[in-house]
Amino acid sequence: MPGLIQVNNLSKTYDSEGVKTTALSGVSFNIEKGEFVAIMGPSGSGKSTLMHILGLLDRASEGEYFFEGKNVVELSDDELAVLRNESIGFVFQAFNLLPRTTVLENVKLPLFYSKDKKDIDGRSRKVLESVGLGHRLNFFSNQISGGEKQRVAIARALVNEPSVIFADEPTGNLDSKSGIQVMEILQNLNDHGNTIILVTHETQTAEYSKRILRIMDGKIVNDERVERRRLAGDGDLLK
Amino acid sequence: MMPIRTLLANKARSFLTMLGVIIGVGAVIVIISVGAGAQSLILSQVKSLGTNIIGVLPGASNDNGPPATVMGIVITTLTYDDAMAIKKEIPNVVDVAAYSKGVATVSWQSNQYDTNLSGTTAGYMNVEGGEIDEGRFFTSEEEKNLSEVAVLGATVKDQLFGLSDPIGQKIKIKNHMFEVIGTMKKRGTVAFQDYDDQVFIPIMTMQKLIEGVNYIGMIRIKINNENNVQEAKDEITALLRERHNISDKSGASDDFTVRSSDQALSMITSITNALKYFLAAMAALSLIIGGIGIMNIMLISVRERTREIGLRKAVGAKTSNILNQFLIEAIAITALGGIIGIIVGVLISFLISVVAQSLGYSWDFIISLTSIILALAVSALVGLVFGLYPAYKASKLEPVEALRYE
Repeated sequence: MPGLIQVNNLSKTYDSEGVKTTALSGVSFNIEKGEFVAIMGPSGSGKSTLMHILGLLDRASEGEYFFEGKNVVELSDDELAVLRNESIGFVFQAFNLLPRTTVLENVKLPLFYSKDKKDIDGRSRKVLESVGLGHRLNFFSNQISGGEKQRVAIARALVNEPSVIFADEPTGNLDSKSGIQVMEILQNLNDHGNTIILVTHETQTAEYSKRILRIMDGKIVNDERVERRRLAGDGDLLK
Repeated sequence: MMPIRTLLANKARSFLTMLGVIIGVGAVIVIISVGAGAQSLILSQVKSLGTNIIGVLPGASNDNGPPATVMGIVITTLTYDDAMAIKKEIPNVVDVAAYSKGVATVSWQSNQYDTNLSGTTAGYMNVEGGEIDEGRFFTSEEEKNLSEVAVLGATVKDQLFGLSDPIGQKIKIKNHMFEVIGTMKKRGTVAFQDYDDQVFIPIMTMQKLIEGVNYIGMIRIKINNENNVQEAKDEITALLRERHNISDKSGASDDFTVRSSDQALSMITSITNALKYFLAAMAALSLIIGGIGIMNIMLISVRERTREIGLRKAVGAKTSNILNQFLIEAIAITALGGIIGIIVGVLISFLISVVAQSLGYSWDFIISLTSIILALAVSALVGLVFGLYPAYKASKLEPVEALRYE
């Protein structure tokens, strides 16, 4: 039984007008189903590059990457698009909702590109209700608060029932209260068996996860279990 | 669904983008419609002159091309005696009008007017129709004895005499004094010829006193019945060959051209058709300008929506999904512009026909299905061609690059 994500000796170099920049060098780790992992590091450490490669948005320069047992290197762009659609959900720092479009339509978006087009409306409504936005379905994406926007983004990530959710600094543009709400939703999802991979530069945010991969200058410098895990649901330290 | 919403979200910009296509398509529709209306007007006017008229022009010509005289070349082979011989010897001839035309300044008292001088025969009224307003047309005696008499077209009468009575007055043409013996009723412009801006004088007077020539410019012959036209044409041709000592029966050596009005009709049709389609093609060119406008806006749109493209790719859109989305947007915008353009074009064409009819022209409102299909097809094609590059550019964006784009 292969793990969800297996990475062996992964490297990424950018070649910009002849100047080579190394973003990742020789990274190896595994992530199993049901984990809640935080990839943590300062800006420029390579954590975003790593997330983009893990999320199949970008390709590694060298090394092996198996996603759900599939050798990603051998997949075509269209096959990667299908995998992103069916197995991966993204939550971005800037929300990335479609402007001039309703909350419900935003959540439906991944289903338009999916093979499984049955009951698009019902599935989208259900997942929006599960993040507490049942009353905002027909609001336009610019008419709701930042916290609500991020919950829409989470609903959009969840709607096609992916194997893993990537959250790239999901609390970065939010006030602390909305941030905690978002982390609570992610922890709940994890409790129900969803795999979450969180990218952050803040230790506090990383401590909501169960495992932290610390990255520095393109290398994994530390991989440890979180001993004193923060729980967003009840009596949080930030409150 | 998605592309249409984007278009609606950007109403003002979408409309401005469409404007180029609307104008292009509208222009094509209007030009083809007005061309067809004008064509039917000209043809009906030519037909109203009679389909039983045979014209003889000096100089040879092939069947399809215009006679040499149209190009301004003077050919001196046709004479007054030819016209008289036709009148005397060809059966079924109602009457013959010979012409020697020129331009001249005519004056009466202190009034001067530049007009067309038509030296013709007494048979003019029988051949060309037209009505005398006051007085009379000149007789065949006056035609032959160098009488200095003139009949004025309605415009000339108005210009020279205003409200005064012209009958019996003397007008001056090239140092000769002509007595006005009659005026013509207003007839208007028919098939490019202004019937009212003319002074008619006897042809011999024109040849000897005014121009100093002994050839004539044209003979027009009225035949009693349309069915006898072909026979009469053959007889006239034979007669003129005999008179001009041409033994070659092939027509290659002829120094004259015999044409009937149905030939003139088909020639006018082919000329106006060529004109109509040439103008429509020019209008269609403006569609290309519209297409460039669309490409421009689509490129801006792709850039503005770079993050959206990145997001769509992140949630599973394939290259082809993005390509199709932008292509459909471009085609939708041009097709919609095309439809609006057709409506606008049809409306304008209709207005033109209403105005033309109210001015007294027998103008038909003609919209051909071909022009509508053509306009729609061309505008959709423009959308496809000019939308392709921006759509391709959008589809090739790397998801990471697109997501990072600020």
